[in-house]
Amino acid sequence: MKYVDEFRDPEAARRLLADIAEAAAEQPPRKFMEVCGGHTHAIYRHGIESLLPASIELIHGPGCPVCVIPMGRVDDAVAVACADGVTMCCFGDMLRVPGGDSTLLEAKARGADVRIVYSPLDALALAERNPDRQVVFLAVGFETTAPSTAVTLLQARERKVDNFSVFCNHVTIVPPLKAILDSPGLDLDGFLGPGHVSTVIGTHPYRFVPGQYGRPLVTAGFEPVDILQAVLMLLRQLADGRCEVENQYRRVVSGEGNRRALELLKEAFVVRPHFEWRGLGFIAQSALAIAPEFAPWDAELRYEVPGVRVADPKACQCGEVLKGALRPWECKVFGTACTPETPIGTCMVSSEGACAAYYNYGRYSSRSRIPVHAAGERG
Amino acid sequence: MPFEDDLEARQAVLARVESWRRRAPKLADDTITMAHGAGGRAGQSLLEAVIRPAFSNPVLDALDDGAVLEVGDGRRLAVTTDAFVVTPRRFNGGSIGDLAVNGTINDLAAMGAEPVALTVSLVLEEGLEVEELRAIVDDVARAASAAGVPVVTGDTKVVERGAADGCYITTTGVGFVRPGTHLAAAAVRPSDALVLSGMIGDHGVAVMVARGDLALAADVASDTAPLHQLVSALLDAVPATRWLRDPTRGGVASTCNELAAASGLGVELDERALPVRGAVSGACELLGLDPLYIANEGKMLAVVPATDAETAVQAMRGCEAGADACVVGAVTDEHPGLVLVRTGFGGTRIVDMLVGDPLPRIC
Repeated sequence: MKYVDEFRDPEAARRLLADIAEAAAEQPPRKFMEVCGGHTHAIYRHGIESLLPASIELIHGPGCPVCVIPMGRVDDAVAVACADGVTMCCFGDMLRVPGGDSTLLEAKARGADVRIVYSPLDALALAERNPDRQVVFLAVGFETTAPSTAVTLLQARERKVDNFSVFCNHVTIVPPLKAILDSPGLDLDGFLGPGHVSTVIGTHPYRFVPGQYGRPLVTAGFEPVDILQAVLMLLRQLADGRCEVENQYRRVVSGEGNRRALELLKEAFVVRPHFEWRGLGFIAQSALAIAPEFAPWDAELRYEVPGVRVADPKACQCGEVLKGALRPWECKVFGTACTPETPIGTCMVSSEGACAAYYNYGRYSSRSRIPVHAAGERG
Repeated sequence: MPFEDDLEARQAVLARVESWRRRAPKLADDTITMAHGAGGRAGQSLLEAVIRPAFSNPVLDALDDGAVLEVGDGRRLAVTTDAFVVTPRRFNGGSIGDLAVNGTINDLAAMGAEPVALTVSLVLEEGLEVEELRAIVDDVARAASAAGVPVVTGDTKVVERGAADGCYITTTGVGFVRPGTHLAAAAVRPSDALVLSGMIGDHGVAVMVARGDLALAADVASDTAPLHQLVSALLDAVPATRWLRDPTRGGVASTCNELAAASGLGVELDERALPVRGAVSGACELLGLDPLYIANEGKMLAVVPATDAETAVQAMRGCEAGADACVVGAVTDEHPGLVLVRTGFGGTRIVDMLVGDPLPRIC
């Protein structure tokens, strides 16, 4: 596969690992947070953690769109899905996210019409094919997916599809990043910046990370070679005493971002005064609501939802995991009461969630880590 | 260094997780959800809580894909039955009719049995067009005749509109286990080789494309094919073959997990050795799926002694359905019960049982 295989090239990876081992040997142990769930997934999927020197630890951040949805919003989505004549469309990951009462999958088994789509445009098409149904798209995601929801809203208005609406849960990446940087006892040496989000917003919005908080940030792609190269770039910044925003993912990310996508976001959405994040609590101006001009397509205005804040289960430590304060396996219920099949917390649901990624892919890496690391040092 | 100190704590957690993982799954649900049909732990829990207690007997309790019955003279009768509910009923490379024949023949083949006969039972929904039924039945007949296995009896039922989705097919197959063949997970030994008969993921991706709801266009045909001749060739060439399974729902990953659980040994796959068509890996990349979990309908996974691995590959390659056969991994005693993949550049990751099938009703 072009544009994929060259970034999974074992030879290139080996060279980078040798350089990383060399750079790491001259520095104290480093903790880098990968902000993006896509990175977390790739790190485990390709066994990258087991290849890095032991002095480099990757901490998993809050950038998994499914993981940050609070239980109350899931209950709201279930309430909409159970309303008369509604067909709820969502991404597959959302089906198994536990709410206070049930998941969408359980609502489906009880008779709600819940369908998996891969794009909001599919939901709009479904609405046009089924004029007697009220089709609701459950929108989740960062600035990565928000433009496609915006396009869908524009098309719904243009084509006057009035049996379609969006239950909007889009969030933005900078506020939670700030929240993490503001948290007491922050113990991070740098950030692997988001990849896909940055294709939309660009790299300029991250300037505050080195500027105000004195931590380097490198936006990175999602292939193993991308991630290794970004780790090396962070190590080199630290070695050189530099602290800046660098862009490893140049093949798709620019400084200014995608102007057209940003315009779409401005047109279709407004920033919410505050929004609840799973485990992180309420964060000011951290989410998007549908703009007043698109009110007819706003499911929050069309349906009555409980709108209740549901406290996370006591045993669940998703918040600490999302902030990088706890490693997935350090959570009390990890892998026992909370597994991908019977998740208590959201981090165990999505394949981008740190707990699910660690459970599915990484559980064994502690054993293979030592010999592979030794080989890396020789390189 | 702080990270080295963690090792012990982390391993204690991992040991706890493993012991938890090996516990029999408990049924926690009050209603059936799609997860119960997805071939993962939810399905196992249903089997253990509802199905097995009702029928429990020594043959059934082995919970294999089929049963072997001693019928005198040292002859062993193999019986297997399977229901087919795939949607859509027709896709590139085949139809529900092909699957109903080949799926059951392959279950017999995986037991080391030569198929003798099939039965076919149809559940039809009011409103199904006769033309479509005729085409499906023709597919059943053609597939059975191509495999050289006759359909000897059957049944047809019709239900009201809405009580079923068009057409469901159940086939039962009987055959005789080849004399001298003793396939069992208990026979599997550390260092044995895993031989796969060809490309993975074709069927699952072909059905995905045929559903049309992914806006995907890929030229991938289902691999549905009968494998009894391939197995015959393999068992002739390598009589010491330990274990066979056709990796259908849940893909090669789930089959390897079954092997690891049943043998009490570990499995290590080599990612670079896994044969995947470009169009299949491309579609999986786009959709965030792993080809290891995608269904196959014409592949066999064999465990053979390492010294026989090359012979097994050549025997499979001698058959049309095994042209791309290759060694994909090995059995190990290093991580009992676990399946690991060695990634392209030497990292490892766990490949667990499938949770939450992205595509229900694939066969």
